[in-house]
Amino acid sequence: MVGIVGYGAYVPKYRIKSEVIAQVWGEDPDRIKKGLGINEKAIASSDEDAATLAVEAAKIALQRAGIAPKKLGALYVGSESHPYAVKPTATIVAEAIGATPDLTAADLEFACKAGTAGIQMCMGLVGSGMMEYGMAIGADTSQGRPGDALEYSTGCGAAAYIIGKDGESLAIIEDTHSFTTDTPDFWRRNKADYPSHGGRFTGPPAYFRHVKSAALGLMKKMNTKVEDYDYFVFHQPNGKFPKAVAKMLGVPPEKIADGLLTPNIGNTYSGASPLGLANVLDIAKAGDRIFVTSFGSGAGSDAFSIKVTDRIKNRERGKPVSEFIAHKEYVDYATYAKYRRKFKGM
Amino acid sequence: MRKVAIVGVGMTKFGEHWERGFRDLVTEAGVKALEDAGMSGAEISAGYVGTMAAGSLIGQEHTGALIADYMGLNPIPITRVEGACASGSLALRQGLMAVASGMHDVVVVGGVEKMTDLDTAEVSEILGGAGDQEWELFLGATFPGLYAMMARRYMHDYKATEEMLASVAVKNHKHGSMNPLAQFQNEITIQDVLDSKMVADPLKILDCSPLTDGAAAVVLAPLDIAKKYTDTPIEIVASAQASDTIALHNRSSIAGVKAAQIAAQAAYKQAGVSPSQIRVAEVHDCFTIAELMAIEDLGFFSKGKGGEASLNGETQIGAKIPVNTSGGLKACGHPVGATGIKQAVEISWQLQGEAGKRQVSGADIGLSHNVGGSGATAVVHIYKRVN
Amino acid sequence: MKESIPLTWRKIPDRYRLLGSLCKNCNSHYFPARHVCPKCRRKGKIESYQFSGRGRVFSFTEIHAPPAGFEEQIPYVMAIVELAEGARCTGEIVDVLKKDMQIGDEVEMVFRKIQSNDPEGLIHYGFKFKKVKK
Repeated sequence: MVGIVGYGAYVPKYRIKSEVIAQVWGEDPDRIKKGLGINEKAIASSDEDAATLAVEAAKIALQRAGIAPKKLGALYVGSESHPYAVKPTATIVAEAIGATPDLTAADLEFACKAGTAGIQMCMGLVGSGMMEYGMAIGADTSQGRPGDALEYSTGCGAAAYIIGKDGESLAIIEDTHSFTTDTPDFWRRNKADYPSHGGRFTGPPAYFRHVKSAALGLMKKMNTKVEDYDYFVFHQPNGKFPKAVAKMLGVPPEKIADGLLTPNIGNTYSGASPLGLANVLDIAKAGDRIFVTSFGSGAGSDAFSIKVTDRIKNRERGKPVSEFIAHKEYVDYATYAKYRRKFKGM
Repeated sequence: MRKVAIVGVGMTKFGEHWERGFRDLVTEAGVKALEDAGMSGAEISAGYVGTMAAGSLIGQEHTGALIADYMGLNPIPITRVEGACASGSLALRQGLMAVASGMHDVVVVGGVEKMTDLDTAEVSEILGGAGDQEWELFLGATFPGLYAMMARRYMHDYKATEEMLASVAVKNHKHGSMNPLAQFQNEITIQDVLDSKMVADPLKILDCSPLTDGAAAVVLAPLDIAKKYTDTPIEIVASAQASDTIALHNRSSIAGVKAAQIAAQAAYKQAGVSPSQIRVAEVHDCFTIAELMAIEDLGFFSKGKGGEASLNGETQIGAKIPVNTSGGLKACGHPVGATGIKQAVEISWQLQGEAGKRQVSGADIGLSHNVGGSGATAVVHIYKRVN
Repeated sequence: MKESIPLTWRKIPDRYRLLGSLCKNCNSHYFPARHVCPKCRRKGKIESYQFSGRGRVFSFTEIHAPPAGFEEQIPYVMAIVELAEGARCTGEIVDVLKKDMQIGDEVEMVFRKIQSNDPEGLIHYGFKFKKVKK
């Protein structure tokens, strides 16, 4: 078996409140906050992008794992906001953390689940004995069209996971299961600045069907049930969907609270469920079991059953997610528009 | 080594010369210097020219040959030298060495820059090349930014104030108002400087020298035949140059310019004079902070006391040590390659008693101080009136 | 300056990771890397050195008139940072303005975009610094 040898998270410093965005578009701030379950979102500075976010998270993962970067045999960066259309983010990250040149690297894209897809790939490579360690990162500086409902939720953040042998792991990945169909709930065409989405179609046929199916599929495969787990982390495109899917699966609200970050940092896309898991790993005890289910539009879900080991004490070597969330500075809409390049001509 | 004198000087007006190009400016200055020396041109056996960035600013390299051609001096050997903003003084030093060694008898030395053919942002970027392109400029530092970090450290180490910095600009504009060739001939106040647009904190636009077009030239000859060409030869009694790290961050102190301190000490030794004997000085005030450091590096004031001295007016004409009677880089203008030669021209006029309204009375020994980049090159010359 | 691919590429490891050099003869650290130790000259034994990225602000400025490629970042803070090992380098201090800065502030390296002026050109990444919270 394989597991998580190290993990790291990064959330940029700047925040914009939902009510500030709502005011610009003449929306009722309370209705937005309640309707989407998002109070504020994290935004990257103008000199940050998915690559820089990924590097910061990767460095913390290495600190926790306590391994030399050159020991990584693979590095995958999942994102829907890769800085280049053609030219890998993964090479930038690998070079910046000093993992080059003896490794394989590639970029992944699967809307919000490219990060967990990378974890599965590393599980295969490490589990098969092809390599000792692999790193998977989910990182995004996602963009929502100004005025669109997505503008309230699209946040920025990253989380990195180093997958290695179970004996070295601070949490063992007991099993994984995926559920994938061709469901066009959300997309962005080449050269388009902003994504398009199917509105309410993103709910039942997309998010709920895939998350539920992957979760139930894994529990059936492993013969486990909700009661066997101490924490649940679901993909969190907003503050409402993960609560709703928890209810459908019979997961009590307190079991999802620690893995639900979207209300305070927005939907960090490929970083979202990995960041939620990182926050749970920051507080979980040895022996705790964590159930994670990601979702990527288009559409698919990856579910993981994770068990914390006593090596979890290694988390002290790295900065916890909560510190990033607490360290914030609010900006107004104009500054946000500048940082996220919403002005033409910039 | 032979003693060498300046026997002719000339310069264009400094400013924005929209109608005139690089070759027009340098030709005018050269011809004026030859006229001043009463020469036809046939006497000249070599030429040296200082220009920092003609290749980037006007797309013209090989400027030595261009200048010899347009001044009608072919086939003399002519050589361009470059040391960023100190290019002019480097050229002067080359000319001096050529005459002193006996290699050449009469040489012409010019300095020129044509800076307004590109827009300000492009020119600023080119001037940034005087610092470390890869490890300062590329990373987001600007040339004013480097001097701003020197200013911040100087203010921190010596409790200096922004008013002290501003007093340099105020004094140099006052001096410039008496120089008909200066780019700026208007007087300004300390408040004007403090209220002007921030460029690189704490330096504001009025702490910075402007972009300028201009040229200056001098004719050098062995001192023993100097009287053939002029009644008032000016002997160059010292020429010293020193270098330091290209990047500011690698220097042990940034609240002074070590290369300038070393060059100054060497120059005083060569000339056999002390700082207190200097009656007039042209120093490199590319930014106001640069003048405060210069008057300390040159030994006019002790370390950390330059700011107060400047604020108290001790560097004005008529005071303890008149500094930048031309208006300096700040008010006279700073066509980078020309600046070092302009300094020699101004000191010559001062020592000859030809400086008009800005004449320093009794000036017999003068000094010029020219710095390249943030202090990686420094050149000091000392000049004496020949009685 | 006009973009040069080789010029950018050859400095990528140094710029991404703060790789400099150490003279084993006199134990002096250098950033950027040098091939000759200015103190020991030919006696120097220069080797590659990975800096920790921690240091203190030696001096700083806030840039208001930006060079090409930095227009959208103004105002931003540039500093000379004295690295913990002793070498000094120039870099941007992120996520602050000058009102929050003092000489002596502790900083640590972060990885950021340096410039990406041309939308069809390269994105240049490298080291910057952020203040360490006390």
